[in-house]
Formats: sequence, C-alpha cells, structure tokens
Amino acid sequence: MTAANSSSPLDLLRTMTLIREAELRLAQLFADGEVPGFIHLSVGQEGVAAGVCAALSSTDTLASNHRGHGHALAKGLDLERFFLEIMGKAEGMCQGRGGSMHVADAAVGMLGANGIVGAGLPIAVGSALAHQVRKSGAIATVFFGDGALAEGVMHESFNLASIWRLPVLFVCENNGWSEFSPTSKQLAADPCALALSHRIAARSVDGNDVLAVHEMALVLVDEIREGGGPRFLECRTTRVRGHFEGDPQKYREAADAARSEDDPIGRLERRLTADGVPAPDIEAATREAKRRVDAAVRRARSGTAPAFDAALRDVYAPSEAAP
Amino acid sequence: MSEVRFGQAINRALADAMAADENIVIFGEDVAAPGGPFGVTRGLLDRFGAERVRDTPISEAAIVGAAVGAAMSGLKPIVEIMFMDFVTLSMDALVNQAAKARFMFGGQYALPMVVRLPHGGGINAGPQHSQCLEAWLTHVPGLKVACPATVSDAYALTRAAIADPDPVILVENKSLYAVKGALPEPLPSVAIGTADIARPGRDATIVTYGAMRGMALAAADMLAKDGVETEVIDLRSLQPWDESAVLASLARTHRLVIAHEAVEAFGVGAEIAARMADVGFDELDGPIVRVGAPFMPVPFAKELEARYRPDAARIVEGVRRTLA
Ligand SMILES: Cc1ncc(C[n+]2csc(CCOP(=O)(O)OP(=O)(O)O)c2C)c(N)n1
Ligand SMILES: [Mg+2]
Repeated sequence: MTAANSSSPLDLLRTMTLIREAELRLAQLFADGEVPGFIHLSVGQEGVAAGVCAALSSTDTLASNHRGHGHALAKGLDLERFFLEIMGKAEGMCQGRGGSMHVADAAVGMLGANGIVGAGLPIAVGSALAHQVRKSGAIATVFFGDGALAEGVMHESFNLASIWRLPVLFVCENNGWSEFSPTSKQLAADPCALALSHRIAARSVDGNDVLAVHEMALVLVDEIREGGGPRFLECRTTRVRGHFEGDPQKYREAADAARSEDDPIGRLERRLTADGVPAPDIEAATREAKRRVDAAVRRARSGTAPAFDAALRDVYAPSEAAP
Repeated sequence: MSEVRFGQAINRALADAMAADENIVIFGEDVAAPGGPFGVTRGLLDRFGAERVRDTPISEAAIVGAAVGAAMSGLKPIVEIMFMDFVTLSMDALVNQAAKARFMFGGQYALPMVVRLPHGGGINAGPQHSQCLEAWLTHVPGLKVACPATVSDAYALTRAAIADPDPVILVENKSLYAVKGALPEPLPSVAIGTADIARPGRDATIVTYGAMRGMALAAADMLAKDGVETEVIDLRSLQPWDESAVLASLARTHRLVIAHEAVEAFGVGAEIAARMADVGFDELDGPIVRVGAPFMPVPFAKELEARYRPDAARIVEGVRRTLA
C-alpha cells in the first residue's frame, strides 16, 4: 500500500509549485482589488500540504483551516473553480458564498477550509466516525495551526478520537506564529506531548522537507488504515508572508520569515538536481503551474456575479427533498 | 392507539428510524449504556449495538462538531446535549458549522443531523439546568427548530427531524418526559413548520409551544367558564414557524396572546408579535400580549421558580388584557 500510494518527488514538486503559483497570483489579484475580503497565504508551508495529501486517496476526507488554499489544491480541488470561488463568482465551487476561507469540494472529500480556529478538528473526528461506522476504509485528516492547540476543542477532539480509535490523522502545521504572536507566548505544551497525553502516537517532522513529510505521512496513514486509531503529525514550518495579505508585520523581523534555504520548493529542487534529475524536468514544474494558473485566472475573470436569490434559496435544502 | 409517555414516544421514533436506516447513529453523554439522563434512549444500545449507539465523554463541542463531520460524510447523526443550558459549549459547531455548511459550500453538502436539547424548568434544577434558549437557535439561518408538546407530536416531529436533510434542533421540555398520552396507529407524521390547532375558539388566540400548550389549554378552560372562547395554536415548529396558521387564527379572533416558558424579552414571541403587527395589522382589535418568564435567571427555590414560570393564570390575565 505504502509503495503503491507514494508519490514521486516530481509529483510533489508539481503540487508545491501549483500551490505557490496559485497563491502568489492570489496575492497579486488581492493587491489589485480582484479578490475581495482577506486571504491567508501558505507560502513556505507547501511541503506540508503536498506531502500529507499525497499520502491520501480521493475517498479520504479532509478538514482544513483559514490557511487552506494549499490543503485544498493538494487534495485535488479543481483549479478553475478554486479561483472562481475566491474571486467571488457564481461558478466557484461554493457559488461565491464562501470565498478563500471556505473552499470545499465534496467530489474530492474536501470538507472545507474553516474560518474558525480549531473547528476542523471535531469535524474530522466526526468524519472519521462515519468512515469507521460505514467501514469505508477511508480515513479523515485535519490540518490546523499551532494556534489551534490552544483551543479547548482540541482536547475534546483528541480525547474522543483516541477513546473510539477513530481513523483520523491530526496534522499540526507549526509555523511559530498565531496571527501576530509567537507560539512561545501562546502555548505552554509541546505539541507532540499534547497528543501523547491522549494516547495518540505522535511524530514531528521538518515540514519544509516535503520528502520527509510525505514519508512520515505514508507511515501514519498506513497505521491508521490498519486500525491503529488516530495519529498526530507535527510539521515544523515557516510562514513566509504576513498572517494575512497586507499585514504590515511590525511584530517581527522580515528575516525571521524569509530564510530562503528553508523554502520547501527550493530544497526539493536542489535535492532533485543532486539526484541527477535533468534541469528542464525540474523547471517544467513551475512553468506548467504558471500556465495552469494563468488559464484558471483567465477563466475566473470571465465568471459571473452570483445571483442573490439563488443564495437566499440555498439556506435550506429544497423543500421537495424533505419528506 | 396506545398510551405511552412522551419520552417513550421519542424513544420509539428513534428506534423506528434506526431500524429503517443503518446510517443513523446516536451519541451523547450517557445515552448508550445508561439509556440517557432522562431515559429517552433506553434500550437502543442493546437493539442497535455499540457501533451505532455510543456514550461520549463530556465534550459538548466535540459531540456537535463530530455530528457535523459525520453528517458531511454519510451518516445521519442524532446527538443529545444533556441539558439545553450546555449548548453554550456547542455553539460554534451549531452556529458557524452546521447552520452554514450547505450555504457556505454552495450546496455541495447536506447536513442531516439532529440535536436533541432538553429544556425548561419546573424541577428546581436552578439557573444552569432549566433554561429555554430556543430563541438563540431560531435566530440562526440554516437551523431548524422544533418543540413537540404531545406524545403524538413527540413521535412525529422526531421522525420528521431525522428525515430532514438539514440540521434540526429538537427542543424537548423536561417536564413533559413522564407525561402520558395517546400514540395513534398508524403512527403519526407531521411536517416541520406546521402548527396544530389544539383548541378552536373565536374570541382570542393563544399561540404557544412545548410544555406551555398544557398551560394554554388550562387557561382556555378557565376563560370558557366566563364564556370566552380561546383558540390555542401549538406551533410545534419554531423555525420555520407556521405564520399562515397564526394569521388565519388571528383573522378569526382578532386578539393575540403569545405564551412561552422562555424569557419574554427578545424571545420567540417577539418575532411572532412583530410579524402579526405587520402582516396581521388590519386584523388586530387589541394589543398583542406576550406571556413569558421575567427577565431574570431561572431561580432554584420552589417558591421562586413557581412564581418565575408562566402559568395558566398569567395566560388568562394576558387574554383579558387584550380583550379589555
Ligand atoms: C475561534 C477563532 N479565534 C480567533 C480567530 C482569529 N484568528 C484567525 S487565524 C488566527 C491565528 C491562528 O494561528 P494558527 O492556528 O497557528 O494558524 P496560522 O495562522 O499560523 O496558520 C487567529 C487568532 C479565529 N478565526 N477563530
Ligand atoms: Mg501558526
């Protein structure tokens, strides 16, 4: 299973570059006023989304958080409908009602990004319950930040998942920051120790090393599928940009963020070069990602404004669906 | 037709639904082996097994949050929060997740989940185990809220809630669990959003729900002795609520009293009063009167709680006021 499921390093590079190019484009669109609201980018953290999601299958479910573009794209969300949604168009996957913090795609088991810190944890636990009861063989995964470890529902979710031995992978992206405050001032515990205290086996990896993330995710996903119960994976990573686009970041040194030798894409590219992968193959990943993003943005710009009445009708299921 | 208790009717509805659909699961605090804090889920564990009927730790946020994730992934979860007062701890999952999932994800997900919330006082349970907080939930687009008053409706509304593709809150008055009544055969069915005329009358309308239906009927009996014929409308469902049934009754009686156990200010009655003052303006021959609890926490001592809870006498007073 592990070998069959594992993704090639070039696949991981393609996923990471797609996320990077999509988000850099979002930053531009946001600055130009083409993306309304506010957006949180995961630049520098792509190794986590790519490495973990490559260990999942399309029937596995995924709950995410406010910094969820990468998780969604790595899970296989359609790129055009992703841009359509974030640009507020009717053809977006959420018909322009959710935006950046709520991208979701039922077709690929993506249960949604989430604007509420920590909210994805119990949702993933419930999804895992469904997999367990229905014996679907699928697992649930949830991405959350170090900040979510301070939410009370983290404890409830860990505890319930552990007591019921639910097939769920908890992935903590520890980027050292919750908004404008360093983790050291926010969290008294070590993340893995929190999981271990709930009898959840926990591992910590360098989240900027996508190969390490992927390898570890494969192991944990296997253990979960074999009935081992929940697992916890801490990925130590770097939030390169502000908390949100436009964040002046007065609270930290720019150098703290942008240590280029940590960049997960650059690291994998150097590794591939050292392994003898031809330069054109490596460069093709970014080029192809740019091309796909260009096409998706072109399509998104031609999207239409959502109709208010359609939104109003969709608060509840259509009444003919009721008994 | 059989005589059963209100709680048993809910139990029967849960069991019948579970027998018909293996995707239905039940979880909550002490609902499985102990059979529920009020005995409502008794016997379900034995009948349907530990996979589908589960005791949870004391984790109200995770119980409802997990129901959301389960409903998004193919199950139809029914969860119980032991006392409605504790739903404060589940509010993110209810308000920000369950209520919004269909809308916010563009209709990709249905959330067929039921949250059972025992509410109400009368058992001297004090300020944190007696509240009627349903107006909070009726205020949230995306949630449905039903509140049965009779044995028959307890069965029918529980079945309707489970069959509904949207998240439904079932508000169950604790003082009703032991009340006996008729469960008709064939088993009853009721659509969420339809009111029941509990008693017809021509002089005034009392709109009510839940345990106050009994008080309203008692008030109507008292008024009838003086020749005042009161119509009692049991809403049964608070979100959506049966505006046309209330308006039709108002058109017959031209006087309106709204009675509920919840605090009067900013309650369900306020919405009904506001709507009738608007769409029913031409029908009104007297002020719309609300009868609810005073603006204070539910007190513990017998004397205090007895005075706190609206009763038949206060509803009679309300009707007399609008007739005056
Ligand atoms: C319940 C809740 N509280 C506060 C916020 C505001 N908020 C949004 S993101 C964030 C920081 C989250 O930090 P972390 O979980 O580490 O994720 P990161 O932003 O670092 O990816 C906060 C406080 C929120 N969205 N939800
Ligand atoms: Mg963080």
